[in-house]
Amino acid sequence: MRAVGIILAGGNNRRMQALTAKRAVAAMPIASSYRAIDFALSNMTNSHIQKVAVLTQYNARSLDEHLNSAKWWDFGRKQGGLYIFTPTITAENGYWYRGTADAIYQNLDFLKRCHEPYVVITSGDAVYKLDYNKVLEYHIAKKADITVVVKELEDTDDATRFGTVRMNESARIQEFEEKPMVANSQTVSTGIYVLRRRQLIDLIEYCVEDERYDFVTDILIRYKNLKRIYGYKLSAYWNSISRVGAYYRTNMDFLKPEVRKYFFKDLPTVYSKVSDLPPAKYNPGSVVKNCLVGSGSIINGTVENSVIFKKVFVGNHCVIRNSIILNDVYLGDHTYIENCIVESQSTIRANTRHVGEGEVKVVVEKNDRYLI
Amino acid sequence: MLLAGGQGSRLGVLTAKVAKPAVSFGGKYRIIDFPLSNCINSGVDTVGVLTQYQPLRLNTHIGIGIPWDLDRNIGGVTILPPYEKNVNSEWYTGTANAIYQNLDYMESYHPDYVLILSGDHIYKMDYEVMLAFHKAHKADVTIAAMQVPMEEAGRFGIVVTDPNGQITRFEEKPDKPGSNLASMGIYIFSWPVLKDALVQLSRQPNCDFGKHIIPYCHADGKRLSAYEYKGYWKDVGTLESYWQANMELIDIIPEFNLYEEYWKIYTNCMNLPPQYISPEGVVDKSIISNGSEIYGEVHSSVLGAGVTVGKGSVIRDSIIMRDTAVGENCVIERAVIAEDSQIGSNVVIGIGSDVPNRLRPDIYSGGLAVIGENTVIPSGIQIGKNTAVSGETSALDYMGGVLPSGEILIKAGDRA
Repeated sequence: MRAVGIILAGGNNRRMQALTAKRAVAAMPIASSYRAIDFALSNMTNSHIQKVAVLTQYNARSLDEHLNSAKWWDFGRKQGGLYIFTPTITAENGYWYRGTADAIYQNLDFLKRCHEPYVVITSGDAVYKLDYNKVLEYHIAKKADITVVVKELEDTDDATRFGTVRMNESARIQEFEEKPMVANSQTVSTGIYVLRRRQLIDLIEYCVEDERYDFVTDILIRYKNLKRIYGYKLSAYWNSISRVGAYYRTNMDFLKPEVRKYFFKDLPTVYSKVSDLPPAKYNPGSVVKNCLVGSGSIINGTVENSVIFKKVFVGNHCVIRNSIILNDVYLGDHTYIENCIVESQSTIRANTRHVGEGEVKVVVEKNDRYLI
Repeated sequence: MLLAGGQGSRLGVLTAKVAKPAVSFGGKYRIIDFPLSNCINSGVDTVGVLTQYQPLRLNTHIGIGIPWDLDRNIGGVTILPPYEKNVNSEWYTGTANAIYQNLDYMESYHPDYVLILSGDHIYKMDYEVMLAFHKAHKADVTIAAMQVPMEEAGRFGIVVTDPNGQITRFEEKPDKPGSNLASMGIYIFSWPVLKDALVQLSRQPNCDFGKHIIPYCHADGKRLSAYEYKGYWKDVGTLESYWQANMELIDIIPEFNLYEEYWKIYTNCMNLPPQYISPEGVVDKSIISNGSEIYGEVHSSVLGAGVTVGKGSVIRDSIIMRDTAVGENCVIERAVIAEDSQIGSNVVIGIGSDVPNRLRPDIYSGGLAVIGENTVIPSGIQIGKNTAVSGETSALDYMGGVLPSGEILIKAGDRA
């Protein structure tokens, strides 16, 4: 494809509570087997984008570990490859990334040295499948300066955590508000943009010259009347996980057959790092209903309507309902967990009870793990 | 040097299209994963895999060795099929003949020691410890051996040792075994000794390690040591032992534990999605691999990756390999169903009287029903015990919709 990819994966979010204490949002585990960034990376590789830059800043240890080899997404190539850009001190610059535009600015040399005429920018914290070629075709057909991929939310969804847009009948964006107090449109930006590489370099250079550092407010919103900014409507599944509630719902969505079929069975495939874990094991006495179970897990108790990640141990007579148990959690015997997200590597002692009342509770417990 | 060219004919229809080392085991694995993982875990990073019988699946599985970290700049994994030469072009006629035909491969790495393995056993073993033993005993040849029950000793190559572990006698499948220490088919040779023996015996027809090379070395006065191995080791050469070894994995604390952090077993399995158990699903005492979807009941079974079990179906004491789909309301007991098979709805497998197999009672026994890979079984069929089915069968192939116990049904297959 004639584009280079940029994945913005530097973000942290207070609204994720304890979950992002130890990792960037893009490294959040999704649907037992994946991490959030796998979706963006797989879309890139499936769209035949060969060169991808991942911009990281906030606690990237877990993310770097996940991206320690480019081969799982087929980026281990001589042509192209996977580039991870964390802020560095250079002769001209000693700042962290002061915003998304600044993050690109600090790596402008990379963009200038590319030869691909277009750039696809996406965030690393969304769960979706998209052929960026379709967006690029649309971009070219519309003679747009920037194309923003937008999603029509359900009326019941909260649009105020996104950038809301309003488009005219030819899909040109007329209004763009970032995280408004009151949403007057249910059409939101997905944080996926397609534009010409030269155009991006110019915009970013002007922007940083004025000491402006944010791609959305300082480029999209500021230029919306000057530049031809179009919206490309994404009708398929798309969800951003930047809130605890949204993260919980996105994982629970995978219990629906149509979502599983779309992501697990239908082509193109979503790729992830291979973890070499044995198959999941169900011991006598286990009762598992409507659950996703990751590999390497050992189940002894009762699990219902839940998403069990990899290498989870569920003790005897445990009851787990409507919960998400992240990687490598040990649940002692007689534990009761309902409506919770249990952070990875937690060790829950026997006879513990955690119930999320009204809203999902994030459980982080660092007890000594008894040897099994 | 990993010998992976054998057919494994005692696995019946399971090895009709694939070599035995490429047969699935323990859900997501294949038999060859165990010696290959042992190699990399022991620090052996130059591995030649000798293939001959039906190598396609094996080649695809191994590729350039990425899953085992055997994609190396120097060494790594190399597939070694038989090849044409100026004179004497021939297939691999025996285990040692296969190694002999690849002298150049070994020579190119200037080895001090050569480890000979076979690709059809399930075990975890640190070859480095065995090599240290070999060096400490200043041995020329070290044979890994383990205690077997005296009454079974006649099936193996038996080594008789002195108190220092030095081998005094080697008996291949003896009538009256002199000890119960059986050779596991794992040898370490000091390179000059191996090379000399292979060259000296190059004209020996069907040259074999147990029958020719080891006796030759012994007669030649070389120091032969026995390295006694005490861990789990399983020969999965027959359908019954294959089924048994799989079933041992589902014990609460299996003797052979795949869940240990230490000594991981690696495999090439790109099926990533998690498995799903539906609200109607019942699963206990089983292991199930990635991407499987269970709408029915699974008891005491081993399921591979991407297996679908339809609503109302009950699977018991069975092995189902990857990407096989079982329809609705089936009953399957004591069956081994190979990869990519399609089982219709209301199919009954493995129920009936325990009549010995009519044609091959030596292969199809133990009450097992064996379904070969890419088999299609239409809805409503009943299949008995000690049976084998393979190929795209239709309702017309079953007299009255039934394949009685002890029968074989092979379509488009060339071999029973």
